[in-house]
Amino acid sequence: MASKPPIRKYFISKKLDVLFLDLFNVYSFLARFFKELFSPPFEFKEVIRQCYEVGYKSLPLITMTGFITGVVFTKQSRPSLAEFGATSWLPNLIAIAIVRALAPLVTALIAAGKVGSNIGAELGSMNVTEQIDAMEVSATNPFKFLVVTRILATTFMIPVLALYTGFVGMMGSFMNINQTEQTSFATFFQGAFQSITFLDIFSSLIKAILFGFTIGAVGCYKGYYSSKGTEGVGKAANAAVVTSMFLIFLEEVLVVQVVAALR
Amino acid sequence: MEKKKGNIGTESVISIKNLEKSFGLLHVLRGIDLELKQGENLVVLGRSGTGKSVLIKIISGLLKPDTGTVNVLGQYVDKIDNRELQKLRLKIGFSFQNSALYDSMTVRENLEFPLVRNSSHLTRKEVDAAVEDVLDGVGLLQTINQMPSELSGGQRKRIGIARTLILRPEIMLYDEPTAGLDPITCIDINNLINEVQERYNTSSIIITHDLTCAKSVGDRVMMLLDGKFARQGTFEEVFKTDDERVKTFYNYNFTE
Repeated sequence: MASKPPIRKYFISKKLDVLFLDLFNVYSFLARFFKELFSPPFEFKEVIRQCYEVGYKSLPLITMTGFITGVVFTKQSRPSLAEFGATSWLPNLIAIAIVRALAPLVTALIAAGKVGSNIGAELGSMNVTEQIDAMEVSATNPFKFLVVTRILATTFMIPVLALYTGFVGMMGSFMNINQTEQTSFATFFQGAFQSITFLDIFSSLIKAILFGFTIGAVGCYKGYYSSKGTEGVGKAANAAVVTSMFLIFLEEVLVVQVVAALR
Repeated sequence: MEKKKGNIGTESVISIKNLEKSFGLLHVLRGIDLELKQGENLVVLGRSGTGKSVLIKIISGLLKPDTGTVNVLGQYVDKIDNRELQKLRLKIGFSFQNSALYDSMTVRENLEFPLVRNSSHLTRKEVDAAVEDVLDGVGLLQTINQMPSELSGGQRKRIGIARTLILRPEIMLYDEPTAGLDPITCIDINNLINEVQERYNTSSIIITHDLTCAKSVGDRVMMLLDGKFARQGTFEEVFKTDDERVKTFYNYNFTE
């Protein structure tokens, strides 16, 4: 008797099937986001509440890290410039470093850890405890209410936070330079703004918007589609942070390449 | 409180024909036929994992059937578009097994949420009055400003039911309403289900494996075995059988 053909469980292999399925799911998720974004009703109140959660509640952490970044970067750069007797260039160097790279990057990494994990865990927990289903059966579109609002909030607020980080970082740097070199406030900022171009600020803004969108989208995707069970919540929070950090570095490299080509 | 019989209409509010649903290789529902009459409390009994919850999730449009038709209040849930489904859902109340209260909101905000979003014309006073009325109806007005984490299991169930009632649904779907509760609280929940049916004239499907609940609230009982309804009738009729699978279920609940 001829043996039965084996049941084909995977199209290619388990890992490749999962990868392609995941890519398709990400595509569907993003397509749904843009579709829901432009279709009424619009959840303005919830977007503002999320902006408060993302922006205002991140301020203490962002202030501390921004300030420390400014101080440490200044202290670490001084000896190298001192070798050439060029410590007067410190404000220029710090401004370039903070505006071009550190402000959006540090803000995004801090937000990925704080906001991204929070979104992943919150939506994951809502999924596990059927709160998302409860929202759906009470005639509310949970994707619009939970996902669209959070992605919009991070996309709006990360650039604002990056701007604030830049300012706080510069203040940290100024305090250090003022103490050591007795440079005045006006001289410091004159030197700092001398080196920054419109393209620097524009590319930083674009990066911050991209980073914000990435943090929100990854956090929501991982949380909204987390597997059931408490383990799924932990995995969603973890994956939200790891994936968004990885994507942030990737985007940083890409934008730097594009800006370098434009310069 | 004993269930009062009567007031069951002849018109079907839910009509399911030849419903099938699989998850991968797992064939959960294998040809389900079901009719729910206006004003009726129908209990669906079955062991865990037999697809009881899947059945009510299909009725509420949370899951799509593989084959078969699901007609709710004259509309085929798997064939209507999202906008129509949202409108239909306003007429269906769904009480979840773990209550599914929104953790980040107080009891008041939990109850307001569906009402404010679906009745934007209501004034603040009207919303407050509706919330207080429905909370009073489940006997938990004093918890109005508490967070869900501060409530007991039984209170959470009642608030969950109150949240669905605030939209004045025509159909109530209860998913394991007495699961994880002590016997006295179970009796309270059973009484509440009967009160809801009388006060709001709802038609209900109650998913459970608790025979005391089935006996107290059911006008009619259907027993789900191996993905199909094996028995149906009154509670006594369902268990008057030589089918070992049914007898085991009864014996476990009442004699062991």
